[in-house]
Amino acid sequence: MGYPHSHDSETTTLLSRYVGDPEAKSLDGWLERGGYRTLRDSLEMSPDDITTIVKESGLRGRGGAGFPTGLKWTFMPKDSGDPHYLCCNADESEPGAFKDREIMRWTPHLLIEGCMISARAIGAEHVYIYVRGEFFPVSRVLNDAVVEAYEAGFIGEDIQGSGWSCDLTVHLGAGAYIAGEETGLMNSIQGNRAEPWMKPPFPAQSGVFGMPTTVNNVETLANVPMIVENGSDWYRQWGTERSPGTKLWCCSGHLKRPGNYELELGMPLKDIIYDVCGGIPDDRALRAVIPGGSSTAFLTVDELDCSTTYEGLAEAGSSLGTASPIVMDESTCILRAMRRIAQFYAHESCGQCVQCREGTSWVTKILRRIEEGEGRMQDLDTLYELCEQLTGRTICVLADSVVFPLRSSLDKFRDEYEAHINTNSCTAS
Amino acid sequence: MSRDLHPAVAGAQPFQRAEREAVEGPLFETAEGRDRLQKILSRYPVKKAALLPLLNLVQEKKGWISADDMVEVAAALDLTPAHVRSVATFYTMYNKHPVGRHLVQVCTCISCHLNRGDAVLERFLEEIGVREGETSEDGKFTVIEAECLGACGFATVVQVNDEYYENVMPETVAEIVEELRGR
Repeated sequence: MGYPHSHDSETTTLLSRYVGDPEAKSLDGWLERGGYRTLRDSLEMSPDDITTIVKESGLRGRGGAGFPTGLKWTFMPKDSGDPHYLCCNADESEPGAFKDREIMRWTPHLLIEGCMISARAIGAEHVYIYVRGEFFPVSRVLNDAVVEAYEAGFIGEDIQGSGWSCDLTVHLGAGAYIAGEETGLMNSIQGNRAEPWMKPPFPAQSGVFGMPTTVNNVETLANVPMIVENGSDWYRQWGTERSPGTKLWCCSGHLKRPGNYELELGMPLKDIIYDVCGGIPDDRALRAVIPGGSSTAFLTVDELDCSTTYEGLAEAGSSLGTASPIVMDESTCILRAMRRIAQFYAHESCGQCVQCREGTSWVTKILRRIEEGEGRMQDLDTLYELCEQLTGRTICVLADSVVFPLRSSLDKFRDEYEAHINTNSCTAS
Repeated sequence: MSRDLHPAVAGAQPFQRAEREAVEGPLFETAEGRDRLQKILSRYPVKKAALLPLLNLVQEKKGWISADDMVEVAAALDLTPAHVRSVATFYTMYNKHPVGRHLVQVCTCISCHLNRGDAVLERFLEEIGVREGETSEDGKFTVIEAECLGACGFATVVQVNDEYYENVMPETVAEIVEELRGR
């Protein structure tokens, strides 16, 4: 389904079935809808069996990187004797993305159930749900659900009489995009600045508090109950071999019906924009789309036939990212939009790596100078040079993130940049 | 009320509120402060991990975090005040200065930018009569430009304390300000 606009003919309703249903928020409502049945069943299963189902389902991480979830779980050591942790990444902050918010505020118990089943699979004794601080209306709902789940014995000591115990704590961030990077997130939980650290060691070797840790996104974990309940073949009836299942698409920008839509992976991008979201307001023409959140490459109107799978968007020269198309109509100044995106990354750079700290801010300043009519043609060469210097040279990929939209906008909308530089005019209508 | 909080959520309460409490003396020596501190500490294997939850708690009660508060938090967790300060200044949601009763944060990031977010910000500044980052003379409002608030399909998004206003348009700003003035 979709939210706030429902769209039953195009959407596939698995994950989002109860989004928009206020009764589903409470424990009673959730139990009436079949909630926690899978957690109870999973207590009879071995952790390895749970992991195997998720691995065979082909579920890929929904936080942006798309790493296979079950495979990630197998990296966790067995019988290490150390405490294991599961961190749920609910620091949703990628510009364009707003899906985890809907999962948490409408179906908090779905996330809790997914967390507990996954915690059991990886042998975790404590789950930390790291929610971005700004999401107060969301964390209030989640907090209530966590307390209810504790009281009903779905979290805590001897869960449902199984002898297995696991705690869960809600941990709020305080306004740092970089806390959504997994090592930044763990550093933040540890009481530090949310500065990413070099990998290796990977979280499964040495994560939060130096212990084996898995970090999974909200949407990833919310997929787990239905996969464990119905099996991997069932899940694979949707999507493609390499991109199985459904995905929440966060559609924003110039759209008639912006919002979240759960779609089978593989729908052409054009159909998401024109059919699902109803096209552009006032039927204006489309100019560009950033398909996977602000850190993915621009696509032009001629590139919208691509399939919205991990592989399809990669072939189109962009990426699925957080599945968050930002749609720009013909009135959009691409230079200005790019400057606004760069400004975000300059603001959110944690400052550890020189290339990122300085580079993201140089990009922003150069773009602003061009925007203000003071640009020079050599600025374009400098921007390309910065693209080189910002790629693959830093601890995390924040610096790389600004390069994808920047380089693609320079390649595909060069006329826009040149018009601003040469005649202080814009090619937008 | 707050003393009934479950430990799992004791460190995750909304910490940007219109209401501020006059806390006399050190926060963690009050009955509630002690209770919250103990509950928060019980959730982590190391004391230091309670740092963000304790900074949240200070801001929840007082509305901002002073240098003295940072020293107190440091003492409660056996940390240096310098570490606490380095963390408190890293995260943008921690107010290092007092803010108005209503902290208005207008998102102008890409999706809001495409939906007239800049004009929404301008309208708030005009309506309240401040510059970006300033607090109004009556202490009612502080207005700041925010980075992505994570509700891009509902652009323009404005956060006021612990609530979200969605689909805000320049034309609807006056009404919002009027309503907030009465609170």
